[in-house]
Amino acid sequence: MVEEIGKTVEGDLVINVGPQHPATHGVLHLVITLNGETIKKVEPHLGYIHRSIEKMCESLSYRQFIYTTSRMDYLSAHINNHACALCVEKGLQIEVPERAQVIRVLMDELTRIASHELWWGAMAMDLGAFTPFFHAFRERETINDIMEETCGARLTMNYMVPGGVMADLHPNFQSRVKNFLQLYKSKIHEYDELVTGNIIFQNRMKGVGYLSAEDAISYGVTGPAGRGSGVSCDVRKLYPYEIYSKLQFDEVLETAGDSFARYMVRLREMQQSIRIVEQLIDNIPDGEYQAKTKAVLKLPKGEFYQRVETARGELGVYIVSEGGTTPYRIKFRSPGFSNLSALDHMTRGEKLGDLVASMGTLDLVIPDIDR
Amino acid sequence: MTNEELKNALTELLPTAVFEEGGEWINLYLEASQWKASALTLRNLASAPFNFMFCLTCVDWKTHFTMVYHLRSTTSLDNIVVKVKLDKTNPEIMTVSDIWRTAEMLEREVYDLFGVQFLEHPDLRRLFLTDDWVGYPLRKDYEDPINMIKL
Repeated sequence: MVEEIGKTVEGDLVINVGPQHPATHGVLHLVITLNGETIKKVEPHLGYIHRSIEKMCESLSYRQFIYTTSRMDYLSAHINNHACALCVEKGLQIEVPERAQVIRVLMDELTRIASHELWWGAMAMDLGAFTPFFHAFRERETINDIMEETCGARLTMNYMVPGGVMADLHPNFQSRVKNFLQLYKSKIHEYDELVTGNIIFQNRMKGVGYLSAEDAISYGVTGPAGRGSGVSCDVRKLYPYEIYSKLQFDEVLETAGDSFARYMVRLREMQQSIRIVEQLIDNIPDGEYQAKTKAVLKLPKGEFYQRVETARGELGVYIVSEGGTTPYRIKFRSPGFSNLSALDHMTRGEKLGDLVASMGTLDLVIPDIDR
Repeated sequence: MTNEELKNALTELLPTAVFEEGGEWINLYLEASQWKASALTLRNLASAPFNFMFCLTCVDWKTHFTMVYHLRSTTSLDNIVVKVKLDKTNPEIMTVSDIWRTAEMLEREVYDLFGVQFLEHPDLRRLFLTDDWVGYPLRKDYEDPINMIKL
């Protein structure tokens, strides 16, 4: 019996996944309509962690609002702060010292590796493999320790400020990053041996959650999820900011469009981030870590938009200024929000058990979606 | 394409568009009644269609609302910003969720937080707030003594 997919008829089963569910990594609530084991419709219900950050920012100064963005996509906290700092600098036309730029890019790439590490462990755990989580956290903790030493925090770093970074690097920074690079390189083969090459894992990933390039563009899917469908959407390459245009790295593209392709994009992206860190770690220029800025920042009247590539995709910061000390309106274009909107399209007609693979490879962070 | 060339091309395509100076990208204003047809034109351009809507939002200017659509072409990498002024008392505009699928959720967000009605939207419900919520929090005149958002 062939029924119209997406339409609820008598006999369909409607189930809730979340808001408290181990596979949704936070308070995501999915209402799923099933026909037997087949998914007919996935409807996300949001708002469990909606804090109205955009409204709060309207009463915060240009130095203060950056700190709320660490609480959006908390796994890419550095990169969120970076986007806001860049947007304010664009408005004020502040020239950032080269040392600060290099430090920022180093921190961004370390964050990206840490974020992908967490995703890799958590996604394998969603699919029933427990061990990879511990392997991923072994490397991730090393990065968190490096962050803690320099920024004073492990998760919400708040290190980027308009004009540069908040404080200079810790004297141990270089040697600890080099130790991390050594550790990572000696362990990376375990990732493939444990998970990538596993035939059970591959059977659960290949052909699951297919998203064509055309649909990825239409749904606004960016980041590794978009690049898994063959859409070139790496902001670092397309619209380079900071020193990315001078660095040697490749945009990772896969064309299969299934969960396995998205998985491979993230794994290979970690290698590219390592490449960037290696280029920079011995070449941090001397100089100021922060440009001289006024105590009270006032953006000129106008509109400013800045996008960056977070671990999840394209983050956009849109500031409308009326010339005051606080923004008139701020909009954060969060990558997770658009990526989630494609989930329904990706999973329709597939089995319920495969939903976890599709959701896992989208790498959803719920505070980023709800804001 | 440089901004100047792009502006000339767009003037030919959309003769009623009013351009706004300043800003990083081309800003153009359209009438709400022409938005849907213009959106289709922009999406289906032969050379470099604006196929990627990377941001959709609304700004409350106290006297009126402005819908802001950021569009980009994945082939030519051009960006444009389309703005549509809406009435304060009865904000209404046609949905574009059938042209750019990402707009479906983004329009629900704007409906939820600004109260803009998107005509012919397939599923216009509140997204973040509960269904019985009164008022639209991102409007400038919104006051809520219980859930304080002003700091």
